[in-house]
Amino acid sequence: MKNIIQIKNLNKKFGNHEVLKDINFDVHKGEVVCVIGSSGSGKSTLLRCINLLEKPTGGQIIYKGENILDDKHDIYAYRTKLGMVFQQFNLFNNHTVLKNCTVGQVKVLKRSQKEAEQVALKYLKLVGMGQFIHAKPKQLSGGQKQRVAIARALSMEPDALLFDEPTSALDPEMVGEVLKVMKELAQSGLTMIVVTHEMEFAREVSDRVVFMDKGVIAEEGSPDQIFNHPAQERTRVFLSRILK
Amino acid sequence: MIQSMIEITAEYWPMFLRGAGMTLLIAITGTILGALIGLIIGVIRTIPKPDKGWKRVFLKTIDFLLACYIEFFRGTPMMVQAMIIFYGIAQVFGIHLNVTLAAIFIVTINTGAYMAEIVRGGIISIDKGQFEAAQAIGMTHVQTMTNIVLPQVLRNILPATGNEFVINIKDTSVLSVISVTELFFQGRSVQGATFDTFATYFIIALIYLFLTFTVTRILRLIERKMDGKEHYDLSGNQMQI
Repeated sequence: MKNIIQIKNLNKKFGNHEVLKDINFDVHKGEVVCVIGSSGSGKSTLLRCINLLEKPTGGQIIYKGENILDDKHDIYAYRTKLGMVFQQFNLFNNHTVLKNCTVGQVKVLKRSQKEAEQVALKYLKLVGMGQFIHAKPKQLSGGQKQRVAIARALSMEPDALLFDEPTSALDPEMVGEVLKVMKELAQSGLTMIVVTHEMEFAREVSDRVVFMDKGVIAEEGSPDQIFNHPAQERTRVFLSRILK
Repeated sequence: MIQSMIEITAEYWPMFLRGAGMTLLIAITGTILGALIGLIIGVIRTIPKPDKGWKRVFLKTIDFLLACYIEFFRGTPMMVQAMIIFYGIAQVFGIHLNVTLAAIFIVTINTGAYMAEIVRGGIISIDKGQFEAAQAIGMTHVQTMTNIVLPQVLRNILPATGNEFVINIKDTSVLSVISVTELFFQGRSVQGATFDTFATYFIIALIYLFLTFTVTRILRLIERKMDGKEHYDLSGNQMQI
């Protein structure tokens, strides 16, 4: 299988605090990887390092054979290839739903307004928000916002989508609608890296589960392996705590 | 008293009108250009600084120069600045500025200094997530600012900008020291001709009040316009594109 992203010996320090220690991690095309672990284990930081919202302090991130941590690498072009869905949605408050999905296409990818609107509409319909194109973010519910955020990321037609705890800020009744969309995306063959506390989702949808603990990847493997036959004691402890 | 006010108005209204026009011209141009300066400085000062290298040194130097500008113009009276810029430059360099342009220039750089801080506050108040979401779709700092952040900042700083505008309308009166024929200067001329201090300045006060009140009402309208509709229409998905 073809690697989309290869992470080699990645390190991240905030001051003296080492949040990520020597992370090695590959993502293949079409793969759905769920990253689980307790709060503070570094999983969000890992995701944010992958699209350089946090600057890693060491190591390499190889994308299409090039180390994007090289100073001369065009990080702006690289970021358009990775969509990001945030815990807090982060829709652009000053734009309508439609404009949220077109502004990046027009300004960054230099698509025409017309083409951008067609692409945006396609993905807004996919997430079931096609009717809400004239709404402003503040007029939407959390679940609706997150679905628009997914459509916004998809509108850039990226190689992979990164999800940073996409359902953690949602009311319980809205978690389902977002997970449903994500499940459909996973089945459509999109490459996804999902940081999540939704164990059911990880077990059901992912091709691979990565368990992080104290800044290192403690264990990784198929959902069956991680959830049913964890090799590590700390994986077992974490799962028993979270699955009750 | 009312009698003399009517008489003075009847005789000198063209002077009052020209004075009010000049005051508005200086205040409007000064506020708009000043706000522009403030926005540009705001964008420059929030450029993310690399950890090291010449770019960091360069940005730090610019930051320092901008801080000097802001501190100087906020920290000294506009009247004194006017004397230095208009008479001082004429004395030292022999450059005689057009008095109206000099007045607009002084108000502009003054407003710019205040607006720079207002804009900085406005940018800080925008949720970090807005920046991150823009970066995540590949926007540069300038694209993030112009498409996402500044439109929101503009809305948020509009009340403070309105304040600056009102202050500018009133404070142009200190520019009478460089003999720009704004409202207060005209008032002094009328007072010199009529010797009726009370009536003349009362008229002037009313005109100032009228100007500032109108401006604040207009700004409120703009604010409401910017906020847009409370509700949205559902689209039938048949958007014509």
